Amino acid sequence: MDEQSVIEARDFTKKFGSFTAVDSISFTVAKGEIFGFLGANGAGKTTAMKMLTGLLTPTSGQARVAGFDVWHEADKIKRNIGYMSQKFSLYNDLTVVENMTLFGGIYGMSMPEIKDKAAQVIDKLAIKSFKDRLVASLPLGFKQKLAFSVAIFHRPQIVFLDEPTGGVDPVTRRQFWEMIYAAAENGITPFVTTHYMDEAEYCHRVSVMVEGKIMALDTPAALKARYDCKNMGEVFLKLARNPG
Amino acid sequence: MKELAVFIKKEFRHIFRDGRTLLILFGLPVAQVFLFGYAITNEVKDATITVWDQSHDVMSRKLVTKILATDYFKLAGVAENYADISNGFRSGRHMLALVIPPDFARKFQQHEAQVQLLLDASDPNMANLLANYASGIIANFTRQELRYAPSNQIVTEVRMTYNPELKGVFLFVPGVITVILMIVSTLLTSIALTREKELGTMEILLVSPLRPGIIVIGKVLPYLLLSFLNAILILGLGFTVFQMPMAGSMPLLVLELILFIIAALSIGIFISTKTASQQVAMMISLFALMLPTILLSGFIFPIDSMPWPLQWLSNIMPAKFFIIIVKGIMLQGVGLEVLWRETLVILAFILVFTVASIKNFTIRLA
Amino acid sequence: MRVIKFLLRKEFKQIFRNKAMLPIIFVMPVVQLLILVNAATFEIKNIDLAILDRDHSPASRQLTNKLLSMGYYRLRARVASLKEGQLLMDQNKIDLLLQFPPGFAAGLQRDDRATVMLDISAIDGSAASIIYYYTNTIILDFNTGIMQRWHNLPEQPGLPLTVESRFWYNEELDYKNYITPGLVVILVTMVGMFLTAMNVVREKEIGTIEQLNVTPITKTQFIVSKLLPFWIIGMFEMAFGLGVGKLIFDFPVVGSVPLLFAFAAIYLVVVLALGLLISTVTHTQQQAMLVSWFFVVIFILMSGLFTAVENMPEWAQKITAFNPVTYFMQLIRMVLLKGSQLQHVARHFLVISAMAVVSISLAVFTYRKRS
Repeated sequence: MDEQSVIEARDFTKKFGSFTAVDSISFTVAKGEIFGFLGANGAGKTTAMKMLTGLLTPTSGQARVAGFDVWHEADKIKRNIGYMSQKFSLYNDLTVVENMTLFGGIYGMSMPEIKDKAAQVIDKLAIKSFKDRLVASLPLGFKQKLAFSVAIFHRPQIVFLDEPTGGVDPVTRRQFWEMIYAAAENGITPFVTTHYMDEAEYCHRVSVMVEGKIMALDTPAALKARYDCKNMGEVFLKLARNPG
Repeated sequence: MKELAVFIKKEFRHIFRDGRTLLILFGLPVAQVFLFGYAITNEVKDATITVWDQSHDVMSRKLVTKILATDYFKLAGVAENYADISNGFRSGRHMLALVIPPDFARKFQQHEAQVQLLLDASDPNMANLLANYASGIIANFTRQELRYAPSNQIVTEVRMTYNPELKGVFLFVPGVITVILMIVSTLLTSIALTREKELGTMEILLVSPLRPGIIVIGKVLPYLLLSFLNAILILGLGFTVFQMPMAGSMPLLVLELILFIIAALSIGIFISTKTASQQVAMMISLFALMLPTILLSGFIFPIDSMPWPLQWLSNIMPAKFFIIIVKGIMLQGVGLEVLWRETLVILAFILVFTVASIKNFTIRLA
Repeated sequence: MRVIKFLLRKEFKQIFRNKAMLPIIFVMPVVQLLILVNAATFEIKNIDLAILDRDHSPASRQLTNKLLSMGYYRLRARVASLKEGQLLMDQNKIDLLLQFPPGFAAGLQRDDRATVMLDISAIDGSAASIIYYYTNTIILDFNTGIMQRWHNLPEQPGLPLTVESRFWYNEELDYKNYITPGLVVILVTMVGMFLTAMNVVREKEIGTIEQLNVTPITKTQFIVSKLLPFWIIGMFEMAFGLGVGKLIFDFPVVGSVPLLFAFAAIYLVVVLALGLLISTVTHTQQQAMLVSWFFVVIFILMSGLFTAVENMPEWAQKITAFNPVTYFMQLIRMVLLKGSQLQHVARHFLVISAMAVVSISLAVFTYRKRS
């Protein structure tokens, strides 16, 4: 693995019985790049991501995440990543600050560090008046932004975002992507799955998955040029209609 | 009507796909009936006894042999002093102790012998039973030794009506049916309906062209069937394995079963209109409904022996009336001429809870 | 250790923010004890009686009066026909129908032979045999008395052997002393099992478990943080239940309370680990609740709470050897009522410790962070 790549997968495969969800995919993600993982529902994006984060055991193939092997060093990987799933995954019955304290504590941050960081996040999201309210009572847009902030609270090397902007209004989506850019500038590599094609344009590089395989992987500009399309949406449709 | 069929089909698939839940729903009553039929009994057998024989003469040995010859008692070691006996009680080694004083044979001849029975009354029912059994055996022994058996002039002819062999399972089968029907019809229904609310799918159904009443019927119909199958299973076990009688009318029993299931369902629906989360629905069903159903319905404990506030409380348990009906039809062979009042009460429960549910439902919609 | 501290803080906050929790912890025990202790009795206080007297003799009237003077027979009706009596029994209005056939008194005087007939409603078999036992004893007693008077026999000489029965540990045979500690066991078991069983599966349903699984927390940290709060609540429930029970029903406490709590501490580990196990193998709260309900019911029925384990058939007794509730049920009565000490209950401690080790290992083994 070269110095600059944080994820490296080779022939990565997951089968559920006779169904192959992820079919021998290979790719690398460089440090600091925003990597988009595109595909229709059921294309295998979430499964691949779950294997990379140690939630699922792969069937075969190799992968290293943050320099550690997914087969044998899952625990070390977990120390170095953040994760935000498509289901909202903060505790609704804890307050904003309590959620931050919990996850900071789990990743071994000290109490002063946690307090410091929490103050920053609250300041940045401008949710001072919400900080002692139960998360359940927050508007959805705030919840998503908060979930992202908690996922990178412990400054992981990589943050995995599984359909992070589902059900969010355009303004909040915009703000959300600004947060992703800011994280990338701070050296955190965002790995994003999405099926919003306009979001794909925001990524540095995207891969397009169809039926478990990666059909294309390049910068959005290069992909559009190669398939002679105006936008990523057309690229995607072309690939999805004529697999292979 | 076609929409309703599609909708009901969906509900059925939903329930019958969950094998684990089905297994428990049918496994629990079977296990309970067998336990009540075979394992749970108040008959004394092989009660452990220790003997402190201070005489060691012919007479004392004869007495001990006589006691141990029965099925009731089993020797669990001999004692040499009260400390032995007390230690045995404390470690649960024996349940009663027989103390025979020194010089037993001579005292017996002089009509002044006395033996002591010491009982572990930390279980008072058991202690009382054992004391009765042991005293009976000793009295028999005394009579035999005297060769004087005063005959009784009055002969009592006893007839154990409805249950000549005194089988405990006759009492429990109606109770187990009732509890299972409450679990399936009330508990599961209230949870299933609340779950739709929690997941937000209820709203989708409500904006569909289906009428709210139809939706609720569609949701509870599978549970009605499930409850009914369960009741039939328990009854079948009762008939085949435990030879329960069917003294009354089978069609009437089936009718009453369906009535009670509807009553239980209407309570389940009512609970779901009142709660917002599955956990609350569960807690209400479990602690406010299941426990009282088991305890205050006459399923295990006779209502007549309870203090009056509890007897009064038992009148708001639909289960109480249903148990009376099932016993009446199956064991006593009576029909509506006796059970009309209980049946009316169950109808009243249905009416009250259905009206209350509809009221709650419309309020929520408005 | 630090991580556990954070996880524990989270669990406690969540538990006490749940509005259903406080009633479960504080109200349920009191209500349960109040209702259950009073409801749970097999004692027969009243026998409802109908009499069909076809003899109309002084003897039949004397026997009737003797029965009614005992206090627990309640005369519901004097009936004129068997059919009438049968109807009353069908309506559950009477438990016992006593018949004097014509010629009862005459038979007694002439032939030293007479018959009375008892029809007992035997749906509840054990109650029926007790009714028979009571009634028959009274009739025999009456028989002896009347014969002595009619035949002018002298009072019988004293029997050569008398029996003195002594009831240790509970002289008054007070059923409440027996049932109250047993119910505390049930309470602790139910609260512990249901709460843990619902807990993990709830995080599964909501989806937060996934978030925890991508963090570096270890299995042990996770399991400790899930069990410890309920262990503490369970121990509290035990103290609270016993305290309330003692206040209301005043059962004796002969033995060592610390010994009892030491056992409870291990016992709770078993119950909670089982709850956790249920939680990990189920997918929805509904399933988790049904599975725990299944086990709790079987455990309780076979625990010897209402009927002694000693009376069960051999095979059932073998099963109860694997029932943790049975051990606690025995131990709490042994320690509280009989004052058993460690040497008396060493076996109970050994078995429950073994169960704790096995169940905790199973829970750890079954719980997977990765599928």
